[in-house]
Amino acid sequence: MTEELKAVTTLDLKGLVCPIPIVKVSQAIKQVQVGETIEAIATDPGVLADIPAWCKTSHNELVKMERVDKVFRFVVRRLV
Amino acid sequence: MESKNGTTIILMNGGMDYAIAAFNIAIGAAAMGKETNMFFTFWGTKAIQKGTYTGSSLFGRMMGFMNRGGINRIGPSQFNFWGLGRWMFKQMLKNHRITPMEGLLKTALDLGVKLYPCQMSMEVMEIKREDLIDGVQESCGVAAMLEMADRSKQTLFI
Repeated sequence: MTEELKAVTTLDLKGLVCPIPIVKVSQAIKQVQVGETIEAIATDPGVLADIPAWCKTSHNELVKMERVDKVFRFVVRRLV
Repeated sequence: MESKNGTTIILMNGGMDYAIAAFNIAIGAAAMGKETNMFFTFWGTKAIQKGTYTGSSLFGRMMGFMNRGGINRIGPSQFNFWGLGRWMFKQMLKNHRITPMEGLLKTALDLGVKLYPCQMSMEVMEIKREDLIDGVQESCGVAAMLEMADRSKQTLFI
């Protein structure tokens, strides 16, 4: 799958709970260029709904969201 | 035509639980890029006070003595048990890694959430500008708050 470029930044959100994961993602997304991606690992199940919703309202792209063992790994791409 | 993408939150309740909800929503909204304003009225003003003793009249000073305010001093809206419940609640929050109260305030300010104290509440409860924390905006009234609401997609009364 060539769509998922190597993520420029990796965020460790393990142990952080609502609303901090989206706060961290929104701050980190400003640090990358438009078109670049951020990967994050989180443990809060809230991210399953929160990150797609954040992507929708902040006009960014959710490239991937998956559950790996007990953690959630997701990749977002900056579009604006 | 101004874009209606803001969030306005009116905090009336002085409970710690209500304040956590209000700040969480504000922080979430700001993280989503929304222009976020919070309007603190009546007991909600406790969340943005420094904790100094307020009041000038007898009743005002009695109220200020019994209920100093300050983000760390407000208790849950139920089961406060004169502060024991507040302590227990805060232990529970800590165990679940929830951001502590002053952290919520700081995060909201860092994200650009604007905090507006209600002018009428300040007058009635005899709270002066110096009794409020740094970082709050100028106090305002209901017309200003409604104008913020006009620019918001959601206006919440907590």
